[in-house]
Amino acid sequence: MEAQDALIVVDHVTRLYGPNTAVRDLSFQLRRGEVVGFLGPNGAGKSTTMQMITGNLAPSAGRITVGGADILDEPVAAKARLGYLPEQPPLYRELTVDEYLRFCARLNRIPRPEVKEAVARAKARCGLEAMGRRLIGNLSKGYQQRVGIAQAIIHQPDVVILDEPTVGLDPIQIREIRELIRELGRDHSVILSTHILPEVQSVCDRVLIINRGELVFDDRIEALTRRMQTSALVVALKRPPALGELEELPGVSAVEVLAEGRFRLHHAPELSPAEAVAAAACRGDWGLFELTPERLSLEDVFVNLTCEEPTGEAA
Amino acid sequence: MVWVIAARELRSLFLSPLAWSVLAVIQAILAYLFLGQVDLYLTLQPRLAAMPGAPGVTEVIVTPLLGNAAVVLLLVIPLLTMRLIAEERRNQTLPLLFSAPVTMTQIVLGKYLGILGFLGVMLGLILLMPLSLLAGGSLDWGLVASGFMALGLLLAAFASAGLYMSTLTRQPTVAAVSGFGLLLLLWILDWGARGEEQSSPLLAYLSVLRHYESLLEGVFKSSDVIYYLLFIVTFLVLSVRRLDADRLPH
Repeated sequence: MEAQDALIVVDHVTRLYGPNTAVRDLSFQLRRGEVVGFLGPNGAGKSTTMQMITGNLAPSAGRITVGGADILDEPVAAKARLGYLPEQPPLYRELTVDEYLRFCARLNRIPRPEVKEAVARAKARCGLEAMGRRLIGNLSKGYQQRVGIAQAIIHQPDVVILDEPTVGLDPIQIREIRELIRELGRDHSVILSTHILPEVQSVCDRVLIINRGELVFDDRIEALTRRMQTSALVVALKRPPALGELEELPGVSAVEVLAEGRFRLHHAPELSPAEAVAAAACRGDWGLFELTPERLSLEDVFVNLTCEEPTGEAA
Repeated sequence: MVWVIAARELRSLFLSPLAWSVLAVIQAILAYLFLGQVDLYLTLQPRLAAMPGAPGVTEVIVTPLLGNAAVVLLLVIPLLTMRLIAEERRNQTLPLLFSAPVTMTQIVLGKYLGILGFLGVMLGLILLMPLSLLAGGSLDWGLVASGFMALGLLLAAFASAGLYMSTLTRQPTVAAVSGFGLLLLLWILDWGARGEEQSSPLLAYLSVLRHYESLLEGVFKSSDVIYYLLFIVTFLVLSVRRLDADRLPH
């Protein structure tokens, strides 16, 4: 493996469910301190991959190492470095938050004298201080989700793996959980699966997009943002000039009329004629009131990536 | 690690009404049977006193009590073991254990010891009944010890079979029914053979009842004890393998 600081190495992993291939020949690495967004439509193999990394499923082929320890050969060493929140938080509803977290702390080999401190720390990070004595079964979904996250970080693992942590939460809770994930990213590596795109934009450094079990995109978030830029400007003018005048502006390759006074100006990528358009509008008194570089939404990029026939399009 | 899981299991058991109601019902039924035996002893007492080498209090009261307890518990143990794995599977809490740095063997042993702890409590409560006889007489300690050891081994064996049944399914009720079926089958295995003279020694050997009866009578044979230990180990190993198989592609 080329990177020395790779915490998780997923090496040509395939997983079959009977005749169905859930994950096909997937390879990627996670470096220390990275927050990686794991994106994909439903059924793309996100959860399967996460279950394999955490040792809940064994890959049919390929291998996964966590901090150098193979998840199948040295499961205990590998799992000690992982914290995992499955899609459905694994909570014992009959226990109180404190009891549950104490159990998780002991389960993750935190020595008895340090358990109290670890529980207090995990609760503080997840905003659960006031909930210690409440029964988990009586908590709201948002708080249960936080208990799930507290459970995943209680032993301060190198890697925290969160499977759709914001599903089913209200917008305020989603914001809080995202804030928490961003904070986790400061001293843990995080893998976060989701199908909510803004979530990735707001918290992740790097994005993996998986579709039908195959990796279709693996790059930094900036690269994804770059993909979102297109080569067009939308211009709205109160007193539009003749079409020819717009076409002659430097850098404009084609003009499309959208509506009365609205035009789409196509241009070469990276060479935006926005400045020239503005200058010309001033000179000619066209009454410019809108000048927008057109951007694809993250959704568009996502749809483009996942709808393309899988031809090894990894960026 | 094993103890952490066992303690959690025991705690959850006692947090559910199931454990308490099981303890209460068992205690009530056995107390009724116990009183019946005490009554029998009191009516027989004048005749027993005249008889040389007559059975004592322990033989008349404690041994039948333990014999009945085994039958009652055969019905109840599957209810206690059904939730061990099946419920975790249904509530999707197994990933917590699977992704923690513990081995599958530790998980199974933890679960098993948790349920054994509960059965220990139950055994303690049952033991109180014969002990109450000390108020009016003395007990044959050897027989009591052998009887309770036999019941303990029997319950441990039941629990291991129940645990295995619980690893097979995600429905606790299915685990209970199949566990009950398996135990009953193992219990009555030698009934068919018993009536006839050419009884199959293999079936008789497999029957959990045979080994229990001889221990109950105070005949301590190491082969009986080994039978139970083998029984327990077999089902624990099967449980570990079953849980391991959960992760494999199929």
